[in-house]
Amino acid sequence: MRFFFIGVACAGAIAVLAAQNSPAPQQSSQSEISYSISTENGVPPHYAVPDFLALTSDPETVAAARMIAEVLWNDLAFEREFDLIPRDTYRTVPQASSPTDVPFDRWRELGADGVVIGTVQKTGNTFHVEMRLFDVKNRRVALGRVYDNITLKNPRAAAHWSADDLHEQRGLRGVARTRLTFVSDRDNERLLDTVERRESKNVYISDYDGANQIRVTPGQRLNINPNWSPDGKSIAYTAYGSRVPQILISNIYLGTRDTLTDEKSQAFLPVFSPDGTKIAFMSDRDGQMDIYVMNRDGTGSRRLTTNPAADSTPTWSPTGTQIAFTSDRSGSAQLWVMDADGLNQRRLTFSDSYADRATWSPAPFNEIAYAARSGPGFDIRIYDVTAGQSHQLTNGEGSNESPAFAPNGRHLAFTSTRAGKVQIFTIARDGKGLTQVTRSGNNWTPNWSR
Amino acid sequence: MRVSRMMHVRACLGTMLLVGAAACHDTPPPVARPTPPPPPPPTTAGTRPPEPPPPAPEPVMPPEPIASDSVASRSLDDLNRASPLQPAYFDYDSSDLTDAARGVLNADAAVLKRYPTWVVTIEGHCDERGTKEYNLALGERRAVNARTYLISLGLDANRLRTVSYGSEFPFDPGHDESAWSKNRRAHFVITAK
Repeated sequence: MRFFFIGVACAGAIAVLAAQNSPAPQQSSQSEISYSISTENGVPPHYAVPDFLALTSDPETVAAARMIAEVLWNDLAFEREFDLIPRDTYRTVPQASSPTDVPFDRWRELGADGVVIGTVQKTGNTFHVEMRLFDVKNRRVALGRVYDNITLKNPRAAAHWSADDLHEQRGLRGVARTRLTFVSDRDNERLLDTVERRESKNVYISDYDGANQIRVTPGQRLNINPNWSPDGKSIAYTAYGSRVPQILISNIYLGTRDTLTDEKSQAFLPVFSPDGTKIAFMSDRDGQMDIYVMNRDGTGSRRLTTNPAADSTPTWSPTGTQIAFTSDRSGSAQLWVMDADGLNQRRLTFSDSYADRATWSPAPFNEIAYAARSGPGFDIRIYDVTAGQSHQLTNGEGSNESPAFAPNGRHLAFTSTRAGKVQIFTIARDGKGLTQVTRSGNNWTPNWSR
Repeated sequence: MRVSRMMHVRACLGTMLLVGAAACHDTPPPVARPTPPPPPPPTTAGTRPPEPPPPAPEPVMPPEPIASDSVASRSLDDLNRASPLQPAYFDYDSSDLTDAARGVLNADAAVLKRYPTWVVTIEGHCDERGTKEYNLALGERRAVNARTYLISLGLDANRLRTVSYGSEFPFDPGHDESAWSKNRRAHFVITAK
């Protein structure tokens, strides 16, 4: 790992290195208490998440203590694994003065099975955060975690870690620490090298909930089709440099960028294989749009489709053995699937007049979501691979496109025009919990980190 | 270590309960009732060393890798502003050349024959009614069909490059057929003269 840092003569990259090598988290020899709070009849336990305790009285810590609790409540509500008691009902409960002084009787009156008590302490230029889940009935700690090195700029990280740990305790992979990447035109930059009025589009990243939206691509250019590497450290995308779209990888924590294709042909829509070693993409290098696969460094390109029709928009199956894609060889854009070596190509969708942008959910769900023509626009539909049938997820509110599954398969990100411009939304796979993620400019083609 | 402390707590509680029960039989109830179990001391929280949180997402932007077209392009910009080559328009969700499109391309071919040093990029564009992703494929086919037709009129293939912009750059930002019909196009940009 260090090896890659050597020789990066860039102040920014050195700053990143320093951040990654910041003091090691506090070590502890204690063994772990962790048990799941049970309820009668298996209904979800009721949890309360009051403001964390600020152990230092500076305004930054006080604000962080409140924000962490708010964000944690939202993270837990997003996954719907617990029955969360609304935070505005806690006002009558006195705040615990310390984790040893929890007013269990009052929490019990509110119906809480579990209450999350946290502390926030400023230590130098980081926060030290402790999180404990108390079993209200037994007055015992059911889970405790310490998070060091939480940056003063982003105390939300402590909430996301807490949420993922609370979910993990119940055998669920939460997504609170995952991120989205998408394209935005919010910068209002004039594109270079064109006399038509055109504006740049840039790749952005954000937390899964839309916080911390940060631009990834420089320059007054057109950058589209972002896709996360499985390790969450890089983003592959399509960049129109001197007019010819190429595939680039931005290594977002190193400040470096790799160019994988050359200007002899166009290359679009890169998608990392689940093991991160390969990239499937679309190119016209043999005279028509086909699907290709290359190694992560751009070598070893292989052509997978040869049909004279346009084959586009590849997506990998969760195990990497198959690739779903769009082809109009039947006369309209439809979803097809093939083995990862290009064999056994067969059509998946028959009931839609137009289907594109497959996204394959991870286990335990064997589903492919896609955008299907629906009236004047599109709606998100979900194809059950085992049953061979689709059902509709969105229902004609605006046009809905570009679905992308969350890594636990329980949510999707997609774009919709229902709020005016094109914006990113998230929604649970059962159609509940619609949440608008972006609000600035137009935003397109979300992809969810693993 | 923590385990032994917990067992100690439990043993104490058990002793208190036993004492209380025994006391009931022989003597009046004690004034003091067993205290509730003590709250867990703060250090009983399991504190497995957490992985360090990921670094704050602060992408470092490397310098723009692709140089802007040279200063000489300014005169090209002036030329393109004058639009000597007209765009060919397409029907909805189609890359077939209409009679009108062929007429436009015939005129463009005549201009390109008059200026044999010009090199052009044919941009394929789509309206917003297709999906973002599929439009990249459709736009390319529009550009390719325009190029193929120009080659059939005798133009040198090496002078004609294609690029698909899908629906990224509508010429008219409107959301009706009047706008869409302008956005389904093969658009010419002179890149060398």
